[in-house]
Order: sequence, then C-alpha cells, then structure tokens
Amino acid sequence: MSEQSDKQGRIVRVSGPLVVAENMSGTRMYDVVRVSEQKLVGEIIELKGDLAWIQVYEETAGIGPGETVYLTGRPLSVELGPGLIESIYDGIQRPLDELYEAGGDYIGRGASLPGLDREKKWKFELAENLPDQVGPGQILGQVQETVSLIHKIMVPPGVSGKLSNLNAGEYTVTDIIGQVETADGPVDLRLMQTWPVRQPRPYAKRLSPAEPLLTGQRVIDMLFPITKGGTACVPGPFGSGKTVVQHQLAKWVDTEVVVYVGCGERGNEMTDVLMEFPELKDPRSGEPLMKRSVLIANTSNMPVAAREASVYTGITIAEYFRDMGYTVALMADSTSRWAEAMREISSRLEEMPAEEGYPAYLAARIASFYERSGRTQCLAGNNGEAREGALSVIGAVSPPGGDLSDSVVQATLRVVKVFWSLEATLAARRHFPAIDWLRSYSLYKDVLGEWFEQNIAEDITEMIATTNRLLEEEAELQEIVRLVGAEALSPAEQLALETARSIREDFLHQNAYHEVDTHTSMKKQHLLLSAILNFHRQGLLAIKRGADINALISSPLREAIGRARYIKEEDIEQISNLLKQIDTELGKLSGTQQTAPAAQASPSES
Amino acid sequence: MLKEYKTVGSISGPLLLVESVTEAKFGHIVEIELPDGSIRRGQILEVDRDKLLIQVFEGTSGIDIPSSCIRILGRGVELALAPDILGRVFGGLGLPRDESPPLIAERWADINGNPINPYARDYPNEFIQTGISTIDGLNPLVRGQKLPIFSGSGLPHNRLAVQIARQATVLGSGEDFAVVFAAMGITFDEAQLFINDLTDTGAIERAVLFINLADDPTIERIATPRVALTAAEYLAFERDMHVLVILSDMTNYCEALREIAASRKEVPGRRGYPGYLYTDLSTIYERAGRIKGKKGSITMIPILTMPEDDKTHPIPDLTGYITEGQIIISRPLERKGISPPVDVLPSLSRLKDKGIGPDKTREDHADLYNQLYAAYAHGKDAQELAAVLGEAALSEMDQTYVTFAEAFEHRYISQGDYENRSIEQTLNLGWDLLTVLPKAELKRIRDEYLDKYLPQAQERTAKA
Repeated sequence: MSEQSDKQGRIVRVSGPLVVAENMSGTRMYDVVRVSEQKLVGEIIELKGDLAWIQVYEETAGIGPGETVYLTGRPLSVELGPGLIESIYDGIQRPLDELYEAGGDYIGRGASLPGLDREKKWKFELAENLPDQVGPGQILGQVQETVSLIHKIMVPPGVSGKLSNLNAGEYTVTDIIGQVETADGPVDLRLMQTWPVRQPRPYAKRLSPAEPLLTGQRVIDMLFPITKGGTACVPGPFGSGKTVVQHQLAKWVDTEVVVYVGCGERGNEMTDVLMEFPELKDPRSGEPLMKRSVLIANTSNMPVAAREASVYTGITIAEYFRDMGYTVALMADSTSRWAEAMREISSRLEEMPAEEGYPAYLAARIASFYERSGRTQCLAGNNGEAREGALSVIGAVSPPGGDLSDSVVQATLRVVKVFWSLEATLAARRHFPAIDWLRSYSLYKDVLGEWFEQNIAEDITEMIATTNRLLEEEAELQEIVRLVGAEALSPAEQLALETARSIREDFLHQNAYHEVDTHTSMKKQHLLLSAILNFHRQGLLAIKRGADINALISSPLREAIGRARYIKEEDIEQISNLLKQIDTELGKLSGTQQTAPAAQASPSES
Repeated sequence: MLKEYKTVGSISGPLLLVESVTEAKFGHIVEIELPDGSIRRGQILEVDRDKLLIQVFEGTSGIDIPSSCIRILGRGVELALAPDILGRVFGGLGLPRDESPPLIAERWADINGNPINPYARDYPNEFIQTGISTIDGLNPLVRGQKLPIFSGSGLPHNRLAVQIARQATVLGSGEDFAVVFAAMGITFDEAQLFINDLTDTGAIERAVLFINLADDPTIERIATPRVALTAAEYLAFERDMHVLVILSDMTNYCEALREIAASRKEVPGRRGYPGYLYTDLSTIYERAGRIKGKKGSITMIPILTMPEDDKTHPIPDLTGYITEGQIIISRPLERKGISPPVDVLPSLSRLKDKGIGPDKTREDHADLYNQLYAAYAHGKDAQELAAVLGEAALSEMDQTYVTFAEAFEHRYISQGDYENRSIEQTLNLGWDLLTVLPKAELKRIRDEYLDKYLPQAQERTAKA
C-alpha cells in the first residue's frame, strides 16, 4: 500500500471513526486512503463535491483539521497467495502475530504490514499439460502450503492470453514466476494476487447443493443438516452457546479449509481458538486443525470500522480457496456486531435510519454477503479441467435480549436456508448445544435425504421422521401433564414421553468438552438413534402384550442407552450389540413375566 | 504558552461549542477557566473546521459565553502512574481525593489505553477460589476473566462483591495481588461498605480507589472506569500484580453516556441508549485479561443493577455479550432468606472449563456441576408443576427432585457472608446432595467418578 498519487486531501472534520476531507475530487467510492502523518488506514464511503467522508479503521484520537490525507487510488483489497493458512489477521488483513512481534502487546496505530510474508520462499511446481493460451482460473502449478493443503496457483480473474516464461522454482510471493501476453500487453504472474474485498470473486457457474456438510454434531447432522455450499444462521441470546457451536463447527466440519471470522467478539475467545487449533487434530487428515484454518480476529474493542471490513476480508479469502476447487466453510461470529458497525458508521454519516437505527441498506448488505456462498463450478481457464468448489457460510447472530424479531435476525432468516435457534431456557438447564428442536429448521432436508439413504443407512429418513414426531408429541403430552397430571396418560403415551426424553438427553444433548462425545461419526449417530427408537418400538409391542410400563421405564437397558454416546468410535460394535440386546430382552417382556425384568432393574436403583 | 480562546458559541447540557479555534485535535483534553477562576476539564468530541464540540466532565453550571476561557492542552485524558498509587483514594477523573500530597508520577498514561492484540493474550486458566459454592462449584472464576454481577435495586450485590474481594485466592500461590475499585454514581453508604471492609482486612494497603459518588458530576463517570483500568493495567502488566477490578455500578455509567448522546442529538438506539453502547462497553470490559510473558493479570467484576430486574434491558444484555458469563442475583431467593441469593440456572462462567479439572480443582468437577445443574433444573420444573397441580400429582421421581432442589438451595447456595468454603468442601457437598437421587439418574457423570466419589458421599450422609 506504499504507492501514492501526488494529489492529497486535507482533513476538515473528525468525529470518532469518521473523518471528512476536502480537495478530494477525482477519488472513487471505497478507495483506500491514509489519514494524517500517522498513515491511518481509511476508506472513502461518501463523496459530495470536493468533500469525501472517510471511515478510518484505526483510533482517531489526536487527529485534527488541516492534516493531510494521502490517496492510494485503490479499493480495499486482500492479498491472496501462499501463507494465508495458519495466519491470524485483523479486519483489514494485517497479520496480528507480526504486529505483536513488531509492536508489542497492544495494537498501535498506523502499523502497515503486508498480509503475506514477503521473505518466505515457496517451492512452486508446474502443473502438467499446460496449454499455450490460458484464461482466468487456469491452474498454473502448486505450492505445498501446509501438510494438509496444496495451494493451487491460478491465473488471476480478468487475465487471458499466451503464457510465457513460466518456470518452476523457489519464489517469494512477489517474485515474477511468468507472464501472460494479453491483448493489452504482458501481465506478470506472481504466486500472489490481490482482490478487492467488496467484490465477489467470479466463477463459471453456480450449482445446486448436493452433499451434506458433516459436523459430527448430532442435532445438526441428523435433524437440521447444512450442505456444502449452504448457508446457516445461529441466533441466540448471550450465554446460549453460539460461540461454542461455531467453535465446534470450525473444529469438526469436513471441509478442506476453514475461515473463522471473530467479528466484534471477545478477545479471550480468539485466544482460545489460537491455543486449541494447533493442538486439535483434523478428524480427516490427522494433522493439526490450524493447518487448514485462516483466522480473522477483530475483537469488540478493536476499531469499529475494521470490524465492518472483517467479514468481507474473510469471505474473499474463503472464495479464493473455493476457486481452487476446495470445499470451504466460513464461520462469522457475530454478524450482529458487523451490522452494529454499519449502524455506527451510518449514524455518523447522518443517514436517515430505518428500524432500530440500522441503515436502510442493512438487509441488502446481509443478503449479498450470504449470497457469496454456494457450490460452484470454478473458472478453469481455456481448457483446464472443470473443478467444483463449495463455500458454506455459517453466521452467528446476537439479537438484543434474544429477541428474534430483531432486524438483523429477520434480514438473515430471509436469505439463509438453515436456522439453528438457540434457546436460553435450554442453556439454563445445560442442554447443549441449546438448539431448539421444534423451532429450528433446515431447508436442505429433502435434497439430502437421498444422499443419507445411499451413504449412511436406508432407514435413516424414516428414523428422522419418527424422531421429529416423538419430539412434537412430547410437547403436546407435556401440555396435558401440566393440566391434569401424569397419571392421565396411557402407558403408550408415557413411553412416548420417556423416549422423547431419551432422544433429548441421550442423543441431542452433546458435551463439547468430553473427549469422545465432542464429535460423533454418522455411523455412530445412526446406531445411537437406532438404539433409542428400537427400545421405543419394542416397548410399544411389550405394552400391547400387557407389560408394565414401570418395568420398561426402569429397565437397565435405558441406562446403557444413556451411556452409549461415550463409547469410542472404534468400539461401536458395542452399540450394535446393545441393539440386539434390546430386541431379545424386551421381546421377552409381557404381562405374565413382570417379575423377571423388575428384578433385573433393581440393582440400578440401589 | 497555550493559546486561550474566549469564543464559546453555545452551551447545552454538558456540551460546549467553541468557535474560531485553530489546531485542535479529536479526543484531546481542554481546560475551561470559569469567570470565578475555577478550572474544569473537558474532552473534544468533534472538530469541524474551526468549531469544537467539548464535553465538560464536571458539568456546565456556572460557565458563561462571554468570559469563560478555553485552553487546549494538546493531549488526551491522562492518569499519573507510580507504585504509590496503592492505598490511595482518587476522584472519578484520577485526581487525589484524600488528604495525602499529589503523586509524583513515574509516567502519564492515556486513559483510553489501546486494544490488546488478540495474539498477545494468554488464555485465562488459573482457578480463583472465592470460597463461595455457587461460584467455585458451578461458575468458577479464573484469573483474567470478566465476570459481572447482574443485580437489581435493593439486592445484596455489593456484599457478594466484597466477599469475593475478601476471600479470593489462587490455590497454592502467594503472589502479589491488588484491588482496584471504581465507584460510579453509587451512594456514600455503598462506597463505604467497600472501604470499611478493605480497611478491616488490611487490604486497603493494596487497593486503589476511584470514587465518583451519586452527587459528583455525572459526565466524570465516563472517565472513571477507564481511569481505574489504566491504573489496573499499570499494576498488572508493569508491576506484576494480580489485580481484581470491581466496577460499581455500570448502569450509572451507561446513563451518563446516554446523557451525552442525547445532548449531541444522536439517533438513539434501544431505550434511548446510543447505538455504539456495545462498542463503548467493550472498550472497558475487554481491558481485562492476561498477556503472554507477563506475570500479572486483570480480573474484572463489573456490577450492574438491572432496571426492573430485566435481563433483556440493553445494559445487562450488551454486557452479557461481552463478558465471559454472568452471576445473577435473584429476588425470590433473597425473599426466601437464602444468602448470597445467586440464581444458579441463568448464571454462567464461560471460562470454567479451562480453570477446573485435575491439578486445578478435581477431576470430577465438570461432570459434577453438569449433573447438579441438570438435577436442580429438573427439581425447579417439578416445583412449578407442584404449584399448579399440588404435590400429590408429582411422580415419585419428581418428588425426589423437589427434595433435592430444596436441599440444594438451603445447603449449597446458602452460606454466610464470612463462610469461606474450600473447593474440596464445595465439591463434596455437591456429591452429598446428589445421594438422594438414584444412581441411574446421574447420567452426566462418568462411571469412574461415580464409582470413586459416590460411595464416599453415601458414607458421609449416612453418618450425618
């Protein structure tokens, strides 16, 4: 960002993060400027005649009228190339680890560090069968960026022509690796390219989602699944576990790259991610999770304008990896803070506010952000192979008081396909993840049903339907119990209540901090749910034969079902055995044999 | 020689508009000399060409347009720092309030501080034993955490905060500690409760107090928590101390902020509070924490009284989104005579999982609190059901849970102001209470811990 044009502006007004400068005619909207001798980074957000309104990404105390504004003539952009993975950036892609080395414990002002390491040399290998004529997205070669990720080097969007002088070798990100003879003259190729953050990166074709994004979280995978390339939102009041859900997803989603944007949230939470990710193993590659992650941290106390930029920085990086043909997941925690940053800037611009003081363009901005997700056929040059990439976006929303009528929640719900509603009441009874099974939904269920039946088990759609029905029935029965008491229920209804409780406590509830329970494979999820539903089915048959409901409820098998989720993945045949045991033992149960199972049950009650 | 301006254009509420000013910078501090010769301080909120908007900390009464004189000091609001701030009492802007002579500053620091680089943070994971079961057992506090107390008018939140300040220790460490107390708009009596207790225990020697009482200037309160945290940062990160910061009462702070926003005619957000309340609060709360390679830490306990005990009011709501959990004080429990009346179910410590477990507290701690929570929640539900249908309508199991919930409130939550329970006592008490439930109900606890701890507890309860 060192390049400067000769023209300079002069500050006339400073109000918090908003600076107004004169002598700015000829500049463009969203151009980056450097404010005062301290070279604070800012972006033009309004132009009026000779005046420009600038949002400054850093603290503006000590800045006053008369100081200079330096123009760069370029929009806010990110650097894309080897070195992104394992990085931790602030909202405008300044590496926080290097800021720490250079500037100490606190974030000073005017620090200017490039997003990608300029010194480090990468080993660039040429792709095979490169054509003479190349176009945007053509893969030229690759760099082994981390053990888990091969970084594909692509022709930047908008560049096509004859390829020349491309050689393998050791390069820094700024070294020239070759050239493309375009119609407008030669363009140098480097390992790095830049892209303006507010503009979506191009792709060849948008495709419909087809595969689930597996998370190892039972309530999500089974009841409210999201797809590769899909969108989801997690609204909930504070303390309902939004961040834990986001962290769990960042840890366990089966994608090749994860971009985690901590947007206006707690500093210690980012530290938690920073400390944990290098230690935790990616369930697929067995390598540390950090080897596939990019972190953007703009905590709540960092400058508010940079918070506004952070989600765009994050999604541009995510799109770049999608363009290589990878599946990518982006978590943004929390989009409410992003919206609040928009509101703050808007109110300083003295724009007419819409609902709750938010600007009128709030919904449009949210929609266009989520629409940058999707499963796509990537640009692949002139005759490059067609490759598919997918970018899923999962946004947390923090509505005031947990009120879902909040503008940000409503604007988000209009665009996303999956809604995980977090409830304070569930969190208060430590039911985590506190995703409400009655209010949440996933519009991908139908698309994914077929995939699940083919890849997991044939009976899975039916099981999920039964589960939903039992949970629904539980809500109705509880209403009756509240009015007239439990004894008014028939034995079959009592069993339904107990099974629903078992679904909630033994299946939907999942302990993120338990070494086994934190992640469950689809196979194990299917077995666990089978055990619960098997018990229900066999129990109903036993009741028909005249068995006592209390004998069923106090069966020691139920305790075994309750503990099955702690069984390690390598021992899951124990759950299969439990399934058989349920069949044989409940099969024996009938009106005449009541005493035997009752005696069996007694040890657990002592 | 500083330039003086006698160009006050208008005065409105706590704001001054000054005209024809040259070389003013945003955020800098000004001195205002009144016609009677007294000096007040203010801060520049906005510079627009040659016009300045100034918020006056001590209020604008007595300031006039023709003869008041403004001097721009060319720096932000700063606090004098030196090791001997310990044991001193300051006003809300950081000027000495006690009789002792002014400080000889080692250095001056801008009270706004700078955001801590998230990469420089060290994760808080040292368990602080407060001796209070509802905190240690269920919502453990760790060094570097910010854990607010959400309370209501007339509830004993200050007594709880005092008890924490008195009893807090880190197991097996005898390191330097200090208490920084910032009073914002609280009454003399409330402030005196803290001061007396600190004096009685001798802790006053290791405390720094910043006092802005209810009858002190309102706008000064905007600076008070920042002044206190600047002192805390100095003690923690330059003097290697473990600092406990108590901010009381954040509600008054937010109201002062609203007053400024209203006088600036800003577009109001919810309940008239400015839209940037979240950002503003975070620049206070996020100053708690630990830093890599530094011995000290800042642990923060902000206290706020929720208007009408409403947790969704913007102040507790936005606070909850920034802080790492919350301790909620309950009026119904207070009426039942349970003290401290901590409402266990909605209270939460987000950092608990990092601060507990083997070597820190005990291996069974996490499973145990999960089980206690689940069981108490079940018991409360059953109690509600009984209130509607009568106790006879409850199943046997539900009745057992009701018994558990009652015992839990009276034996576990309730404890005296001076009762300092060790973590071992708190954990064992939890197990003792769980013995009334059948073993099959204890699903949240691993088998190995059940086998190890349950028989001991059964033995203890059998003896009693």
